[in-house]
Amino acid sequence: MRVNWDFKLIPRGEKAPVNAKAEILDETGVRRALVRIAHEILEKNQGLSEVVLVGLRSRGDHLARRLAGFLHEIEGSSVPVGVMDVTLYRDDLAHAKHWPQVQRTEIPFSIEGRIVVLVDDVLFTGRSVRAALDSLMDFGRPRAIQLAVLIDRGHRELPIRADFVGKNVPTARRESVQVSLRETDGNDGVVIAEGAGAGR
Amino acid sequence: MTVWSRKDLLGIEELDAAEVLTILDTAATMKEISTREIKKVPVLRGKTVVNLFFESSTRTRVSFEIAEKRLSADSVNVSASGSSVSKGETLLDTARNLEAMRPDIIVLRHPSPGTPQLLARRLPCSVINAGDGAHEHPTQALLDAFTIRERLGRVEGLTVGIFGDIAHSRVARSNIHALRKLGARVLVGGPPTMIPPGIEGLGAEVAPGLEEMLPLLDVLIVLRIQLERQGGLLFPSAREYATLFGLGRERLCLGRPGLLVMHPGPINRGLEIAPEVADGTRSLILDQVTNGVAVRMAVLYLLTGAHRGATAADAVRGAA
Repeated sequence: MRVNWDFKLIPRGEKAPVNAKAEILDETGVRRALVRIAHEILEKNQGLSEVVLVGLRSRGDHLARRLAGFLHEIEGSSVPVGVMDVTLYRDDLAHAKHWPQVQRTEIPFSIEGRIVVLVDDVLFTGRSVRAALDSLMDFGRPRAIQLAVLIDRGHRELPIRADFVGKNVPTARRESVQVSLRETDGNDGVVIAEGAGAGR
Repeated sequence: MTVWSRKDLLGIEELDAAEVLTILDTAATMKEISTREIKKVPVLRGKTVVNLFFESSTRTRVSFEIAEKRLSADSVNVSASGSSVSKGETLLDTARNLEAMRPDIIVLRHPSPGTPQLLARRLPCSVINAGDGAHEHPTQALLDAFTIRERLGRVEGLTVGIFGDIAHSRVARSNIHALRKLGARVLVGGPPTMIPPGIEGLGAEVAPGLEEMLPLLDVLIVLRIQLERQGGLLFPSAREYATLFGLGRERLCLGRPGLLVMHPGPINRGLEIAPEVADGTRSLILDQVTNGVAVRMAVLYLLTGAHRGATAADAVRGAA
């Protein structure tokens, strides 16, 4: 008779490995985080008169539009929202598994002298943000650039930090953080998964 | 992730519809870069592109050069006159010597059909066909398809006419392939001496004349009469061509109200197309030139990705 010894030993004091997925934020959590970030953007910049939002594809653009919605609810004025694809500015293209399809960058307003809030879903190595900073400079000279992210998962490889963070989530490198949004995935939520998925 | 995996762009004939669409979609993204104040992105930084032109060309060469510069590649121009070609070196020797300097991409225009295929087989770098004799001119067909799609929102289901010297035209051949793959109906027409037998085999229908063709069309591509290629053998005189086959305002009125007119350039004003048509509201001629840069940027970007994949695979194979 064969005994199935297929289990993993869990050292004392450590949490069980998340084989499936551990939920970090649900729909309400995502909304609350964004509302708080909207308030923080207002507070830090004392209003919206100079603020513009630029979301990084492919989920930061939706987050930026939602932030603009909350800012409008709170303050009654609207902020311009742009979208940026940083593929052509990446430093790690040569190492990418797949040569990415580039998508359009749309910043239909001048960023000259404005405060640009970059919006992304997950802050990880910091390399997309570095690419976004380079790209923004080609569009003009903003007065300041700030960074808003839904999740900061650590493991920075560049000296970059976020000004507004939805949630700090300590992770292992092999884990992946998966953000789902209504606009792209049908529902809102953030989960950590073991290994699988894109290294976000 | 892209569906592009080719090292070279040699012609439209060997591409499938998904590959053509990948180039057009990428070009739509690239077009925005040319509208910026700083019209440059760093994606091909450190790549070397050689523009090897054995035939005279202004538009295509400048278009490639601008595309290369907008992607931050370093480009070098070599033309047949004033190079070692005029000293009797063979094409392959020229190419081998260039290859020894490790370019990443060679853009080749040559009067003989098939030369890009020859280079692509022999050289490890990517090769882009910028026109080989009367065979293919893939980037022209791509920019034409892009321009049509941009203006009309689609290519599928449209009827596109190509009129002029079909026999000598690589633009016609590449365009027939591209438009058919994207689901358009293609009619060709011209003086009977300029319609090659068997052109139906590419999927085009031969129309009896311009007047018969015009009412059916959404887009008309007027081809240049290549005076340098004819030796005046295929039609008696330029004036006769203009009278019988030129697209003037009266003939244009036979077409639908929304008919759009394109021309690959350079135009012979008053010969195949009247100035008031070329400069008129139906003309997309300058849009074609603008879009040419975006399409060539897209091709350069996609080939670089595929080539990188290939060299990575070679390295893995070499190590194993």
